[in-house]
Amino acid sequence: MTLRPDVLLAIIGMAVATYLCRAGGYALFRALRPPRYVEVILQHLPGPIFMAYAMPALAAHGWKGWVAAVAVVAVQYFSRNLAAAILVGVGAMAGLGAFEAWFLAR
Amino acid sequence: MSDSADIKGPVVFTRHGVARGIRTALPLVIGTFPFGLVAGVISDQKGLSWLETLLMSALVFAGSSQLLALELWAEPAPILAAIIAAIVVNSRMAPMGAALAPWLDKLRGLPLWGSLAFMVDHAFALSAAEQRRGGRDAGYLLGIGVTLWCFWNISVSVGHVLGSAVRLPPGHPLYFAAIATFVAILVPLWRGVRRDFWPWLLAGVLAVLAWKAGLGPPWPLLIGAFAGAGLGAWLELRRE
Repeated sequence: MTLRPDVLLAIIGMAVATYLCRAGGYALFRALRPPRYVEVILQHLPGPIFMAYAMPALAAHGWKGWVAAVAVVAVQYFSRNLAAAILVGVGAMAGLGAFEAWFLAR
Repeated sequence: MSDSADIKGPVVFTRHGVARGIRTALPLVIGTFPFGLVAGVISDQKGLSWLETLLMSALVFAGSSQLLALELWAEPAPILAAIIAAIVVNSRMAPMGAALAPWLDKLRGLPLWGSLAFMVDHAFALSAAEQRRGGRDAGYLLGIGVTLWCFWNISVSVGHVLGSAVRLPPGHPLYFAAIATFVAILVPLWRGVRRDFWPWLLAGVLAVLAWKAGLGPPWPLLIGAFAGAGLGAWLELRRE
């Protein structure tokens, strides 16, 4: 059960830096009360931030990623059930991968 | 109309809200568990002890920055490089806290600064959606964060102990669970074509272009997110 001082220092440094990222944005907001357009931008952030996160990841998966994403959105929209949507996405990826392997092997 | 005006009545922070956050977060574990296993396995390969691995998960609690730091790991520990990795990857969380201001403004002390300590992408997105639905129990944010934190520590520990035995091969469909989680979370965030279509499209297209241009994290994310949010804000303010 080792705990080396250099490793501990690196971990604490990462932890402090990460907490400053988590809390610092809001701390600045609370202290400075930025103009209204900053507030409106922040209120528009959630959708674009997850689009910007998910789209390159889907592009990296190629056509299978896009098809699986459509399945995820459809299941989430109709069932409002995150677990179902995530599992359908994984299942779609598995199924499409198997289909692709079969198609290429023909 | 701004979203903060949608919140009716006082913002509260109750055990009930925390419990609802916990129930909401449980399915998300399908997406986070495989990545925790990977982080644990790599941590073991890089020579970190189980205690060091657990401390990193528990104190840092930010998967992609942990994976990046472990990529750069050396003997002795690269303190400065690890800190820079954490800042670069986690800077995306700074605007998230600010975007939850309609809730956080009503909190103080431990509920405020403690909730922020456990905030991760999923907790932020689902809380933003809850806030837009008129939800006013800020305990929801902490409930999601704490649940993901518990399972994150469990998955990283299991990965470290079991090592390569639990390592999924690259390209395994289970890795898609993390992306599927964020795609699914987009659905409750959608507020209709008029408000969201162009901002979301711009965010997605710019992020893909930045990624194709070879930019590393967090640039595709930040460029897409702020361009999209900026366009959304511009369209909204122009309509007023």
